[in-house]
Amino acid sequence: MGEALIGARIQRKEDYRFLTGAGQYTDDVTLPGQTHAAFVRSPHAHAKIKSIDTAKAKAAKGVLAVYTGDDVAAAKLGGLPCGWLITDVNGQPMKEPPHPVLAQGKVRYVGDQVALVVAETQSQARDAAELVEVDYEALPAVVDAVKARAKGAPVLHDIAPDNTCYVWALGDKGAVDAAFAKAAHVTKLEFVNNRLIPNAIEPRAANGAYSRHDDSYTLYVANQNPHVERLLMTAFVMGLPEHKVRVVAGDVGGGFGSKIYLYAEDVAVTWAAKQINRPVKWTADRSESYVSDAHGRDHHTVAELAMDKDGKFLAMRVKTTANLGAYLSTFASCVPTILYATLLAGQYTTPLIHCEVTSVFTNTAPVDAYRGAGRPEATYVVERLVETAAREMKLDPAEIRRRNFIRTFPYQTPVALLYDIGNYDATLDAAVKLADVAGYAGRKAESARRGKLRGIGYAAYIEACGIAPSAVAGSLGARAGLFEAGEIRVHPTGSVTVFTGSHSHGQGHETTFAQVVADRLGMAIENVDIVHGDTSKILFGMGTYGSRSIAVGGTAIMKALDKIIAKGKKIAAHLMEAAETDVEYDRGVYTVKGTDKKKMFGEVAFAAYVPHNYPHDKLEPGLNENAFYDPSNFTFPAGTYVCEVEIDPDTGTTKVERFTAVDDFGKIINPMIVDGQVHGGLAQGIGQALTEGCQYDDASGQLVTGSFMDYCIPRADDLPSFQVDTRETPCTHNPLGVKGCGEAGAIGSPAALMNAITDALGVKDLPMPATPQTVWRALQNRKAA
Amino acid sequence: MAVRISMKVNGKPAQAEVEERTLLVTFLREALRLTGTHVGCDTAQCGACTVHLNGRAVKSCSMLAMQAEGGDILTIEGVAKADGTLHPMQAAFKEHHGLQCGFCTPGMVMNAIDFAKSNPHPSEQQIREALDGNLCRCTGYHNIVKAIAAGAKAMATAG
Repeated sequence: MGEALIGARIQRKEDYRFLTGAGQYTDDVTLPGQTHAAFVRSPHAHAKIKSIDTAKAKAAKGVLAVYTGDDVAAAKLGGLPCGWLITDVNGQPMKEPPHPVLAQGKVRYVGDQVALVVAETQSQARDAAELVEVDYEALPAVVDAVKARAKGAPVLHDIAPDNTCYVWALGDKGAVDAAFAKAAHVTKLEFVNNRLIPNAIEPRAANGAYSRHDDSYTLYVANQNPHVERLLMTAFVMGLPEHKVRVVAGDVGGGFGSKIYLYAEDVAVTWAAKQINRPVKWTADRSESYVSDAHGRDHHTVAELAMDKDGKFLAMRVKTTANLGAYLSTFASCVPTILYATLLAGQYTTPLIHCEVTSVFTNTAPVDAYRGAGRPEATYVVERLVETAAREMKLDPAEIRRRNFIRTFPYQTPVALLYDIGNYDATLDAAVKLADVAGYAGRKAESARRGKLRGIGYAAYIEACGIAPSAVAGSLGARAGLFEAGEIRVHPTGSVTVFTGSHSHGQGHETTFAQVVADRLGMAIENVDIVHGDTSKILFGMGTYGSRSIAVGGTAIMKALDKIIAKGKKIAAHLMEAAETDVEYDRGVYTVKGTDKKKMFGEVAFAAYVPHNYPHDKLEPGLNENAFYDPSNFTFPAGTYVCEVEIDPDTGTTKVERFTAVDDFGKIINPMIVDGQVHGGLAQGIGQALTEGCQYDDASGQLVTGSFMDYCIPRADDLPSFQVDTRETPCTHNPLGVKGCGEAGAIGSPAALMNAITDALGVKDLPMPATPQTVWRALQNRKAA
Repeated sequence: MAVRISMKVNGKPAQAEVEERTLLVTFLREALRLTGTHVGCDTAQCGACTVHLNGRAVKSCSMLAMQAEGGDILTIEGVAKADGTLHPMQAAFKEHHGLQCGFCTPGMVMNAIDFAKSNPHPSEQQIREALDGNLCRCTGYHNIVKAIAAGAKAMATAG
C-alpha cells in the first residue's frame, strides 16, 4: 500500500523543466517554414479609417502578405463573440456590437488592430508594419465610464447610442429602501475600484499552422482553456468544423484571467496560415500587451450599509458603473454582474441587498476577468463598508464582523448563492492571533516614537469558486457549459497517464493532480503523468479560471478513478476467485474480506491488457476510463486577512509591515502549492492597493501607463514576507472536500490594505493605488482641515 | 548588414551570421534555439532574459549579439551538471517552491547565482533589493526570497 500523498508538501514534478530551460512556451515553438506576424495598431483612441495603403509594406523585404479589415470581411470572418448574455432590467438582451478581427472602418481604442503583416522574420514584419499607411480621421474619445454615459459623449457603437451595454439589477429594491429608512446608522462610501493590467510575465503569443494534407489547422497559443478557444474560434468566427482545428496551449507563463479569451490575433494568424500556406507566429512585446490584453476591474461604485444601533447589518445598497472597454471581451459581461453582485453578502447575515450595475463602452482596451473577477470588487465594497461602519459606530472591527457572521449552514443569501459550509469565526480568530493584534498597540506606539504612522486593517472575504453548475450558469446567461473532463489511462505495466481539461499555467496541476491519483492508486507519484492543454489529446474541457481546477477538474479525475477502481475490482474478484462483493480496495491493494488473498493494482492492470485469465463474458479488456463532472453548487472559500502598515508622513510612503492571511480552502492536497497561490494572490492585491493603476489620458485616450516603468507591478522590495495559515471546513458537495485557492489572495487583500492605510491616516477613504503622492496629499489635506 | 559573430555559449563554441541589430537574446533563442532564456518586456525591467556574460549577470535583451563577441555566455540550459544534477540554486528554487509558471525563473536563477557569489550570506532585505531587476507575477517573491537564501547558503557550503 502506498503512502498518503493527499495533504503532503511534495515538490513539484514540473519544476525540473522550468529550472533547466526546457519549458516549451508558445514563442519557443518554431515550425518548419515558420513566418512571423506583426500587427498595425491604432494610435488613436477613436477614429474613422479613411483609407489604408499597404503598397510600401507589401514591397518591403521579406514580406509575404499584408491583410486589412477588407480582407477579413471578404473572407467572411465573423466577429469575436461574447460568452455570456446579460439581460437588462427591461428584459432586453445586452447590446453586442461587432468586434471585428481587424478594424472595419473605425478604430475604438489605442491598440485596436488594423492590419496584419506577415514576413520571413519578426524584424521584417515589424519594419513593414511601420510602412502601412493608414489615413485616420480622429474622433473625440471618452475613456471614463461615468463620462461616457453623459449626454453628448462620443458614441462608440451605433447600436448603443448611450454607450450602455446594459443596466442590470439584483435584489429587492423596495425592501432594501424600506430597511434603509428605518436604520439607526448608515455608512456610505463612494469609490473607484482601479483599473488593472494583468501582466502575466509571458506576453501573449499565437502560432497558427495549416495542413493541406488533411485540411486542418493547428494553433499554438498562450491560453488558459484551449477547447473554449477552439469552440469560439471555429463555430463563431471562422465557420470551421471543430474537428479540423487543434489548439495547443503548452507551457503558459501565467494567465490571471488575461489568457482565457479568444483574441483577434489568435484568429488572424490561424486564418493567415492557410492564406500563405505557412505557419504564422505572433508574439506580443510588452508594450503591445499593455494596450491589447484585456484589462481588469474599473468600477465606479456608491455603496451603503444600513445597521441597527448595535451594528447588526440590516441592508446593503450598491450602485456600480463598470467600464467594459471598447468591445465585449469573451466573458466581460458576467464579471461586473454575476461574479460581483452575488458576492455582496460576504460572510454576513445581511438580509436585504440590492445592486444595480450599468456597464459601459469606452475608448479603452476591453475589460474582462482578472484574478478574482468581480469578487475582489465585491469584497472591496463589503469590507471597506464594514470597517468604516465599525469606525463610525466605535466598534472593534473584529467585533462588528462577529456580530454579523453567518453561522448556520447551508445558508441562502439574498443574492442568489447557497453557501454550503464555512466557519468564519475560526479564520477570524486564527488571523487575530497570528497577526498578534494583541501586540498592535505597542507596535503603533513604537512607530509613533519614530515619527511614523501605523495602521491596521481587516478583510473577511468570501468567494464563489468551482465555477459552475452548468444549469445555474445557463439560467444566468452563460452560453457554455462549465463542467470539467478527466481521463485515466492505465498502462499495461501499471503506470498512469491522466488527461485533464483543466489547464496549468503556474498552478502546479502536474503535481497536485498526480498526488490525488497516486494516492488513490497506491503508487509512486513518478508513475503518474498529467497531460493538459492539447485538444487533440484531452477530452472536451473547460479550462482553468475562477479557482475551479481542483474542485471541478479534480472531481472529474476522482470520478474517472472510481470507474477504474470499480472495474479493477471485477478483474481482481475474477483473479482471486471471489465474489465481487467480498473484494475490498485500499490504495492500490485489492483484498478478499476475511482472507489473506490480495492482488496489487499493477497485477490487475496487467491482467486487463494481457487478458489470458479474464472474465471475457462480463468485461472488456483494458483499463481506461473517463468522466465528465458538472458541479452541483459553487464552492465558497473564505478567510480573514489582517494587514499592518507603517507610513512615513514626510514622504507618504507606505510599508506593508505585516500581512496575515488565514484561509479556509476546505481540504488541501498540497499545502506548499496552496501557500504559494496565496502569496501570489496577495502580491497582486497589494499591487492593486499600493502601486498599480491603469491610466488613460482623458483628452487623447492614450494609455499613459504603458510599460513596467509607468505601471508598477510589485517588485520584491515592495512586499513583505507573508504569514499564512489555513482552517478547514471540507466542501460538502465534492469528493475531495476541496474549494479552490487561486484567487483568494487577490480578493481579500486590497480591502485589508486600504483599511489599514485609512486607519493610519485617520481618513474615511483614499483612492487606490495609495501611492506616496496620494498618501502625502491626504496627509496635507488633513493638516489643512 | 549581416555580421559574423562568434562566442562561447554554455562551454561550446557558437558562430552565426546575424543582422547588426540582432539582440543577444534573439541570437540565443533563434539562432542557437536556446529558448530557456525568455523575453518578458521591452524596457529592460523584467529580467526574464538574464544570462551570464563572462561570469556576470546581464540582461540579454539590452545588448546586441555582436557586443558579446568573443565572450563566454552561460544560459539556464548550461547551469545544471552534465548528468542532469541541478545547481544548488536551481535545487533551492525547487525545494522552496520558488517558481510557479516558470517564465521568470531562468532569469531569476541566473541573477541569483551571480548575486550569491558575492553575497554568500545575504539578509532578506539584501535579497529583495537584489531582485529589483527581476519581475515575477506568480509567487509574490516570498518563496523566491527563501530559495535564494537557501541557495546562497548551499553554494557557500559547496565552495
